[in-house]
Amino acid sequence: MPAVAETLETVSAVTGSTYKWGFETDLEMDLAPKGLNEDTIRLISDRKGEPEWLLAWRLKAFAIWQKMEEPHWAKPGYPVIDYQDIHYYAAPKKKGSGPKSLDEVDPELLRTYEKLGIPLKEQAILAGVEQGDEERLPMAVDAVFDSVSVATTFRSTLAKAGVIFCSISDAVREYPDLVREYLGSVVPAGDNFFAALNSAVFTDGSFVFIPKGVKCPMELSTYFRINAKNTGQFERTLIIAEDGASVSYLEGCTAPMRDENQLHAAVVELVAMDDAKIKYSTVQNWYPGDSEGRGGIYNFVTKRGACRGARSRISWTQVETGSAITWKYPSCILIGDGSVGEFYSVAVTNNHQQADTGTKMIHIGRNTNSTIIAKTISAGHSDSTYRGLVRMMPKAQNARNFTQCDSLLIGDQCGAHTVPYIESRNPSAKIEHEATTSKIAEDQLFYCRSRGLSEEDAVGLIVNGFCKDVLKELPMEFAVEAQKLLAISLEGSVG
Amino acid sequence: MLEIKGLTAEIDGKQILKGIDLTIPQGEVHAVMGPNGAGKSTLSYVLSGREGYEVTGGTATFFGQDILAMEPEERAAAGIFLAFQYPVELPGVGNANFLRTALNSVRRARGEGELDAVQFLKQARAAVKKLAMSEDMLKRNVNVGFSGGEKKRNEILQMTMLQPKLALLDETDSGLDIDALRIVAEGVNASRGPNFSALVITHYQRLLDYIVPDHVHVLADGRIIRSGGPELAKELEADGYAGIIGEAAEAA
Repeated sequence: MPAVAETLETVSAVTGSTYKWGFETDLEMDLAPKGLNEDTIRLISDRKGEPEWLLAWRLKAFAIWQKMEEPHWAKPGYPVIDYQDIHYYAAPKKKGSGPKSLDEVDPELLRTYEKLGIPLKEQAILAGVEQGDEERLPMAVDAVFDSVSVATTFRSTLAKAGVIFCSISDAVREYPDLVREYLGSVVPAGDNFFAALNSAVFTDGSFVFIPKGVKCPMELSTYFRINAKNTGQFERTLIIAEDGASVSYLEGCTAPMRDENQLHAAVVELVAMDDAKIKYSTVQNWYPGDSEGRGGIYNFVTKRGACRGARSRISWTQVETGSAITWKYPSCILIGDGSVGEFYSVAVTNNHQQADTGTKMIHIGRNTNSTIIAKTISAGHSDSTYRGLVRMMPKAQNARNFTQCDSLLIGDQCGAHTVPYIESRNPSAKIEHEATTSKIAEDQLFYCRSRGLSEEDAVGLIVNGFCKDVLKELPMEFAVEAQKLLAISLEGSVG
Repeated sequence: MLEIKGLTAEIDGKQILKGIDLTIPQGEVHAVMGPNGAGKSTLSYVLSGREGYEVTGGTATFFGQDILAMEPEERAAAGIFLAFQYPVELPGVGNANFLRTALNSVRRARGEGELDAVQFLKQARAAVKKLAMSEDMLKRNVNVGFSGGEKKRNEILQMTMLQPKLALLDETDSGLDIDALRIVAEGVNASRGPNFSALVITHYQRLLDYIVPDHVHVLADGRIIRSGGPELAKELEADGYAGIIGEAAEAA
């Protein structure tokens, strides 16, 4: 009940207009010259002090990328991207060098995260907990600003439990063997055009390693912020859960409002061994562009998890409200017998946003099980597509999938599409697919308004109800955040 | 308090209300009876501001305010409540959540403080108990999977919580068995007092055995053709609508 009540409060408390995270931080930046070539890649690798093998890996990826073509099978259309007109490295200038402690972080950066509501000061966070600040548990945060991680909190607390949580750049230096073993093992460099691009020029992201039998003692999260102009962000995240380990990880992201489009091409790889559990939640709130469709982030992302061990489980939960274009299919490769893949998604598009998102569930092992629940909400002139693949391989004896795709339309200028691909090569496999499309009914709106709710509160309530099955999968704090976001994203969509 | 003069309204270009005159003073319960298609539900929708019901003439004021110019939520805040003939389902929306949002919306609009979760639950539980409902109803989604009787009781629960000055009960008796009818009627009667008025719309006299009205009006073909005391309802029950409509036609 309190959670429900809070929802309401937050939904109705949301006022003001449009994108609240669109401010810019003025910092002295270390920028790579615009353009993409081997020198750019050498520069990135050099700035990060990387070993030779990683530079070679990047250059190989670059060679692959040069032979690939940008994919255009997805529904969204957009102008040609000039890959030579982007800065591939942008970092706030550091005073001095070496590992950064929180005290050394530029106060301007700390203020930025404060403004975004991301707690970076461990002491302050712990103090809040001691004062019984609601049920707020401490959460470890890795803060990635443009091309670099500026701080990772609670590293030492986590280290006591054996958990490694740091930026991928630090991991390359401190745990090179682990990185070398797993990097690109789930999403190979040549997987697709954007994955190849990312492999060549990735800058920062998070690295998580949960050793055998360890249950990560706190929520881990990464907060991505694009700030610099004309830059792309190429995040790389790698999460490994050994036998019996479990972790819940969340990511959030925002960017300033600009008239130009900016590229965010990420690769996320998850590896779950026997009985391991990884829960990966995203609240994606990149700048969506203005009401005329100017500006906004192109969010071209490859996320994939490998359930390598028996009875392992990977859950993707995403709330996608931002970005001008979203191209994203968090997937699970279910290799281990009895492994489980889950995908819970809410995608909201408004104004001129376009989203093409869904998942792939590849069943390889026996008794593997997957669930897909995708909720799509379109408003304004936006267009949203669910695209998903369920594939049962010949050895996937008794594999199961359940898919449910529901679309909700607000207004009559938007579109919603469902494109499920289903392939079964095993006669014992069972696949269920349900899909619905509906509009917010006039009688629902009138019913709410006759009880005193404003039209926008009514829409917020109905939409939150529509998404409930997905929102309940989010960690509590993020659920509240997500509900607020839904209301904001749909502001001005009715009437 | 509620004053309706010469009200005409149409839907999809078809005139349904053809000149309604009706005054409901504070503290009184009036019943509007009439055959199917007389315009009973249209009257309740026009008064609560449903889209698609176009007022073509006349006035309706509530405590001197022109309600026809107000949005539905403003009418709710002013104290008008419509108990729906067919309550609407809201999938995924918890009943308690809905009720609290509604209550706090009208409280805000009325300049009263919002209730926190604890205060709200206390009130809601008391109301649920009074209406012989199970507390489980608060946890379920709004009207989803409710029986006909549960839906109507849920309407009365909302009414009890929102404390309107005027309740429009649109065929609240339809689809109710006698026990449910009695519970619903008791809910309405419990709200009766000097600051509560009601317009009880019904096809049958049965409901009026439990909610005894101060006045009864007969609505036929978009007009009120006869008004009287509670005995008029009994007369209708005995003679049917045909007789009264015939008389009215002769008198005209």
